[in-house]
Amino acid sequence: MYRSAVYDEPLLNELEEKRNNTYTPVDVLPSSLQRKEKINIPDLDETQVIRHFFRLSQMNFGIDSGMYPLGSCTMKYNPRLCEEISRWDSFAMTHPYQDESTIQGNLQIMYELEQLFCEITGMDCFTLQPAAGSQGEFTGLLLTRAYHESHHDFERNEIILPDTSHGTNPASATMAGYKIIEIPSTKEGTVDLEILKKTLSSKTACFMLTNPNTLGIFESGIEEIAKIVHKAGALLYYDGANINAIMGKAKPGDMGFDIVHLNLHKTFSTPHGGGGPGAGPIGVKKKLETFLPIPRITKKKDTYYLNHDYPKSIGKIKAFYGNFSVLLKAYIYILLMGRDGLKESSEIAVLNANYMKKKLIDSEKYDLPYKELRKHEFVLSCERLQKEKGIRALDIAKRLLDYGLHPPTIYFPLIVKEALMIEPTESESKRTLDEYIKALIRIADEDISSVKNAPSNTPVRRVDEASAIKKSLLTWTSLQEK
Amino acid sequence: MKFIPNSIIKESMLKEIELHTIDELFSDIPKKIRINNLNLPDGVSQQEVEKRLRKLGKKNKSFSEMPSFLGGGIKPHYIPAAVKSIIARSEFYTSYTPYQPEASQGFLQAMFEYQSMIAEITGMDVANASLYDGATALGEAALMCNRIKKRKTFVIPKNISKDKKCILKNYTKGTEITIKEIAYDTKTGKIDLDDLKKNIDDDTTGVYIENPNFFGVFEDDVDEISSLVKEKQAVFVVGVDPIALGITKNPGKYNANIVIGEGRSLGNPMDFGGSGLGIFSCKHEFIRQIPGRIIGLTEDSDGKRAFCMTMQTREQHIRRGRATSNICTNEGLCALAAVAFLSWLGGSGLEKLGRINFEKGQRLAKKITSIHGFEKVFCGVHFNEFVIQCPDAAKLHNKLLSNGIQGGLILDDFSPDLKNCMLFGVTEIHSDESIEKLVSILKEET
Ligand SMILES: Cc1ncc(COP(=O)(O)O)c(C=O)c1O
Repeated sequence: MYRSAVYDEPLLNELEEKRNNTYTPVDVLPSSLQRKEKINIPDLDETQVIRHFFRLSQMNFGIDSGMYPLGSCTMKYNPRLCEEISRWDSFAMTHPYQDESTIQGNLQIMYELEQLFCEITGMDCFTLQPAAGSQGEFTGLLLTRAYHESHHDFERNEIILPDTSHGTNPASATMAGYKIIEIPSTKEGTVDLEILKKTLSSKTACFMLTNPNTLGIFESGIEEIAKIVHKAGALLYYDGANINAIMGKAKPGDMGFDIVHLNLHKTFSTPHGGGGPGAGPIGVKKKLETFLPIPRITKKKDTYYLNHDYPKSIGKIKAFYGNFSVLLKAYIYILLMGRDGLKESSEIAVLNANYMKKKLIDSEKYDLPYKELRKHEFVLSCERLQKEKGIRALDIAKRLLDYGLHPPTIYFPLIVKEALMIEPTESESKRTLDEYIKALIRIADEDISSVKNAPSNTPVRRVDEASAIKKSLLTWTSLQEK
Repeated sequence: MKFIPNSIIKESMLKEIELHTIDELFSDIPKKIRINNLNLPDGVSQQEVEKRLRKLGKKNKSFSEMPSFLGGGIKPHYIPAAVKSIIARSEFYTSYTPYQPEASQGFLQAMFEYQSMIAEITGMDVANASLYDGATALGEAALMCNRIKKRKTFVIPKNISKDKKCILKNYTKGTEITIKEIAYDTKTGKIDLDDLKKNIDDDTTGVYIENPNFFGVFEDDVDEISSLVKEKQAVFVVGVDPIALGITKNPGKYNANIVIGEGRSLGNPMDFGGSGLGIFSCKHEFIRQIPGRIIGLTEDSDGKRAFCMTMQTREQHIRRGRATSNICTNEGLCALAAVAFLSWLGGSGLEKLGRINFEKGQRLAKKITSIHGFEKVFCGVHFNEFVIQCPDAAKLHNKLLSNGIQGGLILDDFSPDLKNCMLFGVTEIHSDESIEKLVSILKEET
């Protein structure tokens, strides 16, 4: 069983023994800009620094520590080879403005990666520029605007999305200047075609959808959805956060999606890095190609170019060409997996999810609202436990930590009460899945207080998030001033 | 080895859940859109992949093979082995955003320390736990100004990178804001104060300046600029190079409200331009409007010190369409590299690093301008980048390249009045040999 180390590790500034407070200004600088006093960052020895961060690392759960089944996050194993290669000087020590003749390797990788994504998603062309999924969404919506405007259609100021959508979808829509219309899902947990039809109008710019959706349910009506969205003159956007469910089984391009983003830090195994960096490439159908960000990568004979010559392009949304180090890892991953590997990833991700789902429903401790068959993830409700024992999803999450297990995503999607959103991914062995299932079943039967008072086997016990807001201690200076 | 342990027992697992084939799991996908497989090559072994990537790597020339003097906001810096070893801890890099604080105290504390150090060097009260890069931080800053003070224009100087201008335009497309560009003084390379005066008015939501600016020149009229901005009660946004902050006053001292910047130089490699590290910090009064994640210090149920994400009601996962930003995944690991780097350097180290970069910038500029035909375009005091007028920039570029050197960034397409100009950049990492080699080739040009 995983056990975290426990340290009372001081803050770096608390490690400092003695400050040297003299500072000599750089007098050739204009006096209005000269620094006059020392920077208040402790001067420590490397031994202290390494020990500090080493200890912190030992109080941090990663996918290497154990199963990390955060729904919607696709926490799969991060192959070491991808890490190692991405650190080679030949890639890491290249400058984005070097002469094109000296970066042919990078450009070839990016060019080929675009092709690979086109095949995986069924789209016509890709840009690798967006830094993460949500920036991919934002970019996709800028393309949407450019597309409608190029048709002299300036009325379309609404984005429709289902109530199961991820928070970044509406946030990106707002940022792109759109009004959001959220539509309720059916009793099956899928898009309500009748409501969608009624909501679509000459004001709709785009309908944003993930498929399978965030409940893990495949939108089987997708062809009809695409038809009515297009009939209304709107575009169909694919939030590709969940594409780990369908690689080699179906392509968003064939489903009728016009714009697709991928989260390379989910499906394509690049590590999350404790929050990032990620990459959120987007693919589009031909009709949107001219608007894609620049530079595009083009190939003539055997030479690759950074091509800026796209007058209708929306320009740039991020400095340079995207998070190259992340792109490189995804490229390596796809080479390793190949066609059968990617397909099997999806197959086993779905098998693992349905295996867990079945065992957990059969336990009769948890309920599965909405349709039965799920793809790579499923969302349980522990509302029953809440009613019977007052145990909430949050409590279960914290109790799992006592078993050395990382909790699933909780309270999302919003339409499931007391939601536990579980995505095991293909990386986990049956043994691990069984252990997790067993823990969840056991927790449901435990006495209320041990669940309510969890966790106790972690470096800190339940963290008081509410008082963090009240205290507003956000830097060590604010702590000293207290 | 495909990282799929259950591959070999799928039949028995299927049976256990009363299914026969994998296909049944996908029966909800309509036949018409089902495919049998992707048209991709077969997977290859790790050994083979490594070989292929070595070949691809050989098609690049990295800094270690070809010294580069490119400026333009990204330059190589020395990365201590200690920093590399810290971010290579897989407990850190294989973790997700710390939604469960009890299992993520390590990363949370490191981010709290990152915020502390960024606030310290920028002179602000708070910093977030990173944005994508310095350029998107500018976009977010403009949006934040518009939330703080809903007005019509956001003012930027002309002497910032073209990328930033374009990104800013895209980030503000969904608002009513128009962007106004302020001319620069063609002698000094600094903002033209008269033009700035003319363009700040009651419609100005925010004013952005960069220190040092795109030409590497320090904007030293900060007190004048600051009072112009304050007079109109606009928000004052300053972009910084964190290394330069080792020797310059922090923008808090000249009353900036928001300080942003590109933090890649703090312990992160160039990586062909990505990943970056968007620094974002501000004064306490605007904290509710800040985009991105923030880590706070609190207690656990036993009263022990603990850390967690805080003020999440600003964020998309809670506030959805009314969030301060759409950002979710950020640049966590780059921020970790930055805090490890700053801890390793210490305050004294950062001061020293700033000094070295400044001095190397002065020395290289002096060497180059001592050559006939090469002149510094702007007389303003510069940091570690500077603009040089060359006899023939394109010819020089090719000549350097054939000698195994990447010269400065050609500015032809930045502005027509910068024909044959190159933006040179130099840092602590450039060796004396490579500098001598550069200078000797420039000499041959005259
Ligand atoms: C369904 C869904 N959409 C979008 C996103 C946003 O992606 P990112 O975090 O890369 O910005 C996520 C992940 O957080 C997600 O799960």
